[in-house]
Parts: sequence; structure tokens; C-alpha cells
Amino acid sequence: MYPADLKYTKDHEWIRVDTDAADVGITDFAQQQLGDVVFVELPQVGRVLSQGEVFGTIESVKAVSELFSPVAGEIVAVNDALTSAPEQVNADPHTAWIIRVRTSNPSDLDALLDAEAYTQHVG
Amino acid sequence: MVDTQTALKQTPLHATHLGHRARMVAFGGWDMPVEYSGISDEHLAVRTRAGLFDVSHMGEIEIAGSDALAAVQQISANDASRLAIGQIQYSALTTEQGTFVDDLLVYRMADDHFLLVVNASNIDKDFAWIRTQVQPFADAPAVNTSSRYALLALQGPAAVDVLQTLTATPLADIRYYWFEPGEIAGVRGTISRTGYSGEDGFEVFVPPAHAPAVWQAILHAGASAGVVPAGLGARDTLRLEASMRLFGNDMDETTTVLEAGLGWVVGWKKPTFNGAGVLRAQKANGVTRTLVGIEMVDRAIARHGYPVLLDGQPVGVVTSGTQTPFLKKAIAMAYVPADLAQHDRELHVDVRGRLAAARIVPMPFYKRPRS
Repeated sequence: MYPADLKYTKDHEWIRVDTDAADVGITDFAQQQLGDVVFVELPQVGRVLSQGEVFGTIESVKAVSELFSPVAGEIVAVNDALTSAPEQVNADPHTAWIIRVRTSNPSDLDALLDAEAYTQHVG
Repeated sequence: MVDTQTALKQTPLHATHLGHRARMVAFGGWDMPVEYSGISDEHLAVRTRAGLFDVSHMGEIEIAGSDALAAVQQISANDASRLAIGQIQYSALTTEQGTFVDDLLVYRMADDHFLLVVNASNIDKDFAWIRTQVQPFADAPAVNTSSRYALLALQGPAAVDVLQTLTATPLADIRYYWFEPGEIAGVRGTISRTGYSGEDGFEVFVPPAHAPAVWQAILHAGASAGVVPAGLGARDTLRLEASMRLFGNDMDETTTVLEAGLGWVVGWKKPTFNGAGVLRAQKANGVTRTLVGIEMVDRAIARHGYPVLLDGQPVGVVTSGTQTPFLKKAIAMAYVPADLAQHDRELHVDVRGRLAAARIVPMPFYKRPRS
């Protein structure tokens, strides 16, 4: 269910760390709770985030939810495709990344949950 | 710790919803399905095919007796004397200030017998209010009969054909806002051509014990037509697209019937009714604020409680808002000063600290095509 190559926050974001940058999105549990996503408010590229900082909002028909950065770092890209097709978050939550961050503090990852721990967290 | 979950009331279809794996939420003291397959999916099903809603949480209060008409005329703004037996009208249960205790449907069951359908969250308040209000009438006792009825709403263009397969009552002969007693799937009940979706459709009152069987029969009969169960989420987006007001969001005990843009429900020719003085004065002098339709220009969703600004100054407040699945626009209703309420006027909505451009548009946002 929850891919083993991702790390997770208790606030239901995931992060996929590549060599130089990490993609951040919301989990399948989060998209189920939200229902039909209709709007993703993306941040400015270049913004520097601290761990746990709010970087945007995601809205479904029925609710608004804040997005928290799993790690500290600079935003190097945002997924503009979500502006016209926010429903990708529902259709494929663990692929539909929202921001790409150049992480500044690798040890931030140590505080995150692995797939097994996250599965227990939402179970 | 209080376990609020156990305090929530359940409709006779509660187990049915769990069986459909619906997402359940607390609404007005009830544990209700908010969505089954998804709000957008259910919304589009109602606009193009049909959706089946459990609205058994709605309340029923009956007033019967030789003074029933006089009592209803006093408490309800609309003119119930214009109702034939079998006819229904939308109305407001008004305070002396012309504001809303609730909004409601008034069914004329017989010359001296009215059934009022009220909002779920207001049942106790409304019944207490109505009992006090009917006291001066010698023969107009009010009874809270909410637990005697389950209420199922089949809404959408396919509703008439689907429901017709389950009843001998000729549904085409029931006009909009009329009702007939009848059998649905072998169960005695009342078939009402009403709804809260902006589509053609029916609401059927059946005894609670038979509700699950009637529900399954309707879904079974409608399977080939694409009928799906639909929850409170789609009910809200559908009613908002059709510009139907929601008590507690768009009007309440602080807003008058005229401010809410519902002057058409007032029976102006009646000699008196609760709130008549205030409403007649507002009709003569005009209102200071009024409910308008808003369409967002910037990409943002205006939601209940967000401030409305003109030239940087707060001038009003959003009462309901959403991204509508059918029109695919962000729409809202808001109270603004009456002198600003012109179509195409540009305003801003404070969306969590960010100003988003919006403009006033005519309501309803959506009107169903007439066949």
C-alpha cells in the first residue's frame, strides 16, 4: 500500500529522496480523507522552508488542509500540472508530487516514519 | 471523556450506508453519509442520471385540528391558504423580527392537517417554538412525528423513469411541489415531487422499518440507468449550484427573509404572521444588506465566514462557497450592502489572508434544462 522507498510524516505528507533533491506529496490516506481535490495552492520556487513549515494548501470540495514540509530546504520546483489537474492527487497520490526540495539537513529524514510505521500510524 | 460518537443519532438506513462503505460524518447531531464514491462523481450523477439520498434526518412536525390553518398562517411566512390538499410550498418559520427560526416545506395533507418538513439540526428548537406559538389557538395541536418517517430523495433526470418501475402511481401526473400517497416497492408511503438538488426528482416518505428495502429496491431498479447513492457532500454542492439556501449558512435567526432574497415566500396578502411588521417595512423601505451570488475570478475557493472586501474595506461575509463539480467554477453566496449588489461588480474575498478577486453574478448559478 505505502511504498517502501518513501518516508512519511504524521501529518500525512510523503517525501521521495533522490540524489540531490526530494519530491513531496500527500499520502493515499490524506487524499482519501480530503475527498475530491479541486485546488492546490503552490508556493514560489526559491522559497526556503524549515522542517514542518506550511508551504501551501490543498482544497477538496469539502475542506481545506495545510501542507507541511517534511524537511528543511529550498523549493527548486513545483508541480504546475496540479494547477489544471488537481485530481491527479486523488488518482495517483504517491506519484503526484507537489514540491521538489533541495534538502539542507539530511538528518531531518531520521525523524520521519518509514512505510511500516506510517501504516501503523493510520491503521 | 464524552464519547460523542455514541451520542449521534442514526437514521433507519445507517447500517445500509456502512454496507456501502460510505464516509460518515456528524451532521446536525446525526451520523450521516457525506460521500460514497466521491462528491464530484455523485454530483455529476445527479445532474446527468440520478442519485439516491437518505434524508431521514430531516424533521417532520404536524399540526392538525380545526385551527390548524390559522396556526400555520401565523407561524409560516408563506400563504398556506393557497395550498390545495396534496400541494406543497417552501416557506420560512419566522421570528417577530422577520428572521428565520428555520426554513421549511409545508405539506397540506387535508383541509385541517399540515405536515412541516424542517431541518435536522433544528427539530427540537422548531418543535419547542411551534408548540409555544400554537398555544393561543384552541384546536391546533403540534406533534413531532420525525421518528415515524424515513425520507429518501431520488434526484436527477432519470428519477421519474426509475421510480415509476416501483409504483403504480402515475408519477408524470404529480406536478412539481405536489405529492400523492402511494406504494413504492410494495411499501405504503407518500411520494412528493420535491428536492434540494436543482433537478427533477422525488422525495418518498416511508415507515422507518421499510426504509432499507425501499432503498435497495430503488438502487436495483436504477442500476442500469446509472443511479448511485449520494451523500450530504453532493447534496450541499448541488443545492449551492442551484442557489438553494442552507439554514445556518445562508440565513439564520439574525437574517430576515427579505435579506436572504426570499421575498417570494412571503404571503403579503395575509392580514398578519410572525414578523409581518418588520418584513412589510423592509419591503417598503428596502433592505440594507442582501444575499448575492459570487463567482471567483482568481483561482480560489470562498468558504463560509470568509470576509468580502471592496476597495480594501470589509463590506460583507461569505455564507456558502465551493468549487462546483458541474459548472467547474468556484461559486459562493455572500451578504453585501444592498447598494453594492449589482451584477458584475468586482469584489475581493479574503481567502485565509490572501485577497482573491470575485464578481457578483445572478443566481441561480445553475438552472436545469427544461425538456
